[in-house]
Amino acid sequence: MQLTGAEILIRCLQEEGVEYVFGYPGGAVLNIYDELFKQNKVKHVLVRHEQGALHAADGYSRSSQKIGVALVTSGPGVTNAVTGIATAYMDSIPMVVITGQVPTNAIGQDAFQECDTVGITRPCVKHNFLVKDVRDLAVTVKKAFYLATTGRPGPVLVDIPKDVSQALAEYAYPKTVTLRSYNPVTKGHAGQIKKAVQLLLEAKRPMVYTGGGIVLNDAAESLTRFVRLLGFPCTNTLMGLGGFPATDPQFTGMPGMHGTYESNMAMQNCDVLLAVGARFDDRVIGNPEHFYRQDRKIIHIDIDPSSISKRVKVDVPIVGYVRDVLDEMVKIVESSPLRPDAATLKAWWGQIKEWQRKDCLRYDRDSALIKPQFVVEKLYEITGGDAFITSDVGQHQMWAAQYYKFDKPRRWINSGGLGTMGFGLPAAMGVQLANPQATVACVTGEASIQMCIQELSTCKQYHLPLKLVNLNNRYMGMVRQWQEFFYGNRYAESYMDALPDFVKLAEAYGHVGVKIEKPGDVEGALREAFAQKERLVFLDFITDQTENVFPMVPGGKGLTEMILAEEL
Amino acid sequence: MRHILSILVENEAGALSRISGLFSARGYNIESLTVAPTEDPTMSRMTIVTSGSDDVVEQITKQLNKLVEVVKVVDLTDGNHIERELMLVKVRAAGKDRDEMKRLADIFRGRILDVTDKSYTIELTGTGSKLDAFLQAIEPGVILETVRTGASGIGRGERILRI
Ligand SMILES: Cc1cc2nc3c(=O)[nH]c(=O)nc-3n(C[C@H](O)[C@H](O)[C@H](O)COP(=O)(O)OP(=O)(O)OC[C@H]3O[C@@H](n4cnc5c(N)ncnc54)[C@H](O)[C@@H]3O)c2cc1C
Ligand SMILES: Cc1ncc(C[n+]2csc(CCOP(=O)(O)OP(=O)(O)O)c2C)c(N)n1
Ligand SMILES: [Mg+2]
Repeated sequence: MQLTGAEILIRCLQEEGVEYVFGYPGGAVLNIYDELFKQNKVKHVLVRHEQGALHAADGYSRSSQKIGVALVTSGPGVTNAVTGIATAYMDSIPMVVITGQVPTNAIGQDAFQECDTVGITRPCVKHNFLVKDVRDLAVTVKKAFYLATTGRPGPVLVDIPKDVSQALAEYAYPKTVTLRSYNPVTKGHAGQIKKAVQLLLEAKRPMVYTGGGIVLNDAAESLTRFVRLLGFPCTNTLMGLGGFPATDPQFTGMPGMHGTYESNMAMQNCDVLLAVGARFDDRVIGNPEHFYRQDRKIIHIDIDPSSISKRVKVDVPIVGYVRDVLDEMVKIVESSPLRPDAATLKAWWGQIKEWQRKDCLRYDRDSALIKPQFVVEKLYEITGGDAFITSDVGQHQMWAAQYYKFDKPRRWINSGGLGTMGFGLPAAMGVQLANPQATVACVTGEASIQMCIQELSTCKQYHLPLKLVNLNNRYMGMVRQWQEFFYGNRYAESYMDALPDFVKLAEAYGHVGVKIEKPGDVEGALREAFAQKERLVFLDFITDQTENVFPMVPGGKGLTEMILAEEL
Repeated sequence: MRHILSILVENEAGALSRISGLFSARGYNIESLTVAPTEDPTMSRMTIVTSGSDDVVEQITKQLNKLVEVVKVVDLTDGNHIERELMLVKVRAAGKDRDEMKRLADIFRGRILDVTDKSYTIELTGTGSKLDAFLQAIEPGVILETVRTGASGIGRGERILRI
């Protein structure tokens, strides 16, 4: 039977088990919207801005093993979506983005709402396609899902001209698809794995450094088994939090610019570093020259060969899916009589405990002002550590990462690579839809939240009972912190003179708003908010304006050249 | 160091801009780039001459391999290889220069493809440095126009790049 392109697309989405499409209509996608209207398997979530659609689809992917799908129109629809696509790309999040395009015969004519979608998005997608013939549509959609989810995941975009969504073709959805030009190496090299295990068993000062790859590959259990088996210290990057339980005594906290003292000292001073699904980001290792100064062997497991030896030269590269490689390593250790030397390891732990005594995340608990760290700690307590927490970008993001102890993967949802303000609220919508029964909170700042505040309206329409925790310091705090430290307290444009009344704003959108000004009210307000299971509650915490994030490795400095709270 | 990368790539619209975009986005050098379909019309072969430290060239190779449309990449400079470039050069050839120019073209095994009473158009193939040498051998004022293809390369002997 012949179907139109639009019908074919919807069939393909159904075939892929797509539950939600996050989108916004417009001329070039009207054929597709008409088909969405005629069926009820694939549900559409109408956002208020295309950026919101992309972040929601992204949050949906990050918080589940399912894949987020976004649908936007040509021209401005696409350009509005670019921030969201780039955000997902930088964090390797699988996502399929469908965009409408002007009819094929109008392409290149500067037609109304035309833009070179494939060209504009090329640097921030894993791959993209322009479908010029309706007969190629089904196989292209299949390829898009396949590419997005295999190898190193990422967003894949399919641009569909309006005449293609209208044209007729026979429909058959391919069961599988292969691309001769795309064959990621997924199985780690056996010899290299053995070599790695041997190095680790002989290590005197081992350190396990893991990242987003653990979360993306659902390898948390494998990692935990491995790390516990060997008794090594373990750190998770901002993207890897929850990959190893934060409440486990072997966890040393996050590394990097705002990582713990002990993690950074251990990263620098270890003699064997096992990096798993982490990419030696500049926010993690600081100045590479300084990082090199210490002699250590590095083992790096990653699905993407280009992540290996990109910023730091690696001694034992292993290309493959981290979960399989870790399972293999566990097997090798279990079947071998060899174990790390207990006395040596104990001495290393002694050193680490010494570093831990710095208590680098200490803050003033007696302040008359609300300390943002305190709010996050209470949030952790009241949600039993079991909520999904999204965040925006800034100081609040770091405090959420430092003080909410994530024991499970996919619970911490934030934009690490691109650092996109405006991510938190729409991402939380996707999280809530992917996990309808779960508690979902968004830790945000008064500047970030205003970047996608319009999505409060979407939350109303779809009854998403999110809890917004606004750490309102009346500053772009992260910017202010840099200006305080490095620009002689000249707070250029990091202060907004006219903030909205967030309580009234929340109410205007049909939600509950609460303003909290005293430390003594923090816990009660949180408890009440989370008790309101059916409502979105916007909690506006008026926090200490001058609080800074510590520890801090200033840009360009070595990883151990940290500024600690006590030093100021 | 100078490296010659041979790349098999799907013959699809946009593949070229993905590759050139990769070089510009990541700040890699392109000295020259040539591309044309192979005996299998669904696939093109590209030769890119680039330069950089070994680490940089390793990253370039990895990043190229990561592009979905790239089928295979080899660094020809890793082994024995043949490199050829074609140049067309139009030179002034009048009066006493005319014979001299013919002689010089012969020495470089060039062929004269087009003749007017004032000019020759000479075809030359060889390595880039041979073509450079030819241009240096003639007086700069005599050169009217040059066009070069950039290098194409192939491995020597049994070294074969195919899928
Ligand atoms: C304000 C701000 C401050 C920040 N401060 C810090 C900080 O202090 N500390 C910190 O850690 N980060 C910090 N970041 C985040 C930082 O910018 C990076 O995003 C982050 O460090 C990268 O994490 P990652 O190395 O885990 O890599 P990711 O971006 O998560 O990359 C994942 C890696 O795993 C690989 N991978 C993916 N899937 C698989 C698989 N199936 N098998 C094997 N490998 C796989 C990928 O190829 C990639 O190399 C900060 C960000 C912001 C916005
Ligand atoms: C879209 C975007 N623009 C600018 C920035 C740069 N930036 C990083 S943090 C920050 C301030 C965030 O302020 P707020 O949301 O109030 O968070 P706080 O740091 O105060 O907790 C800015 C402007 C960014 N990350 N994203
Ligand atoms: Mg703020």
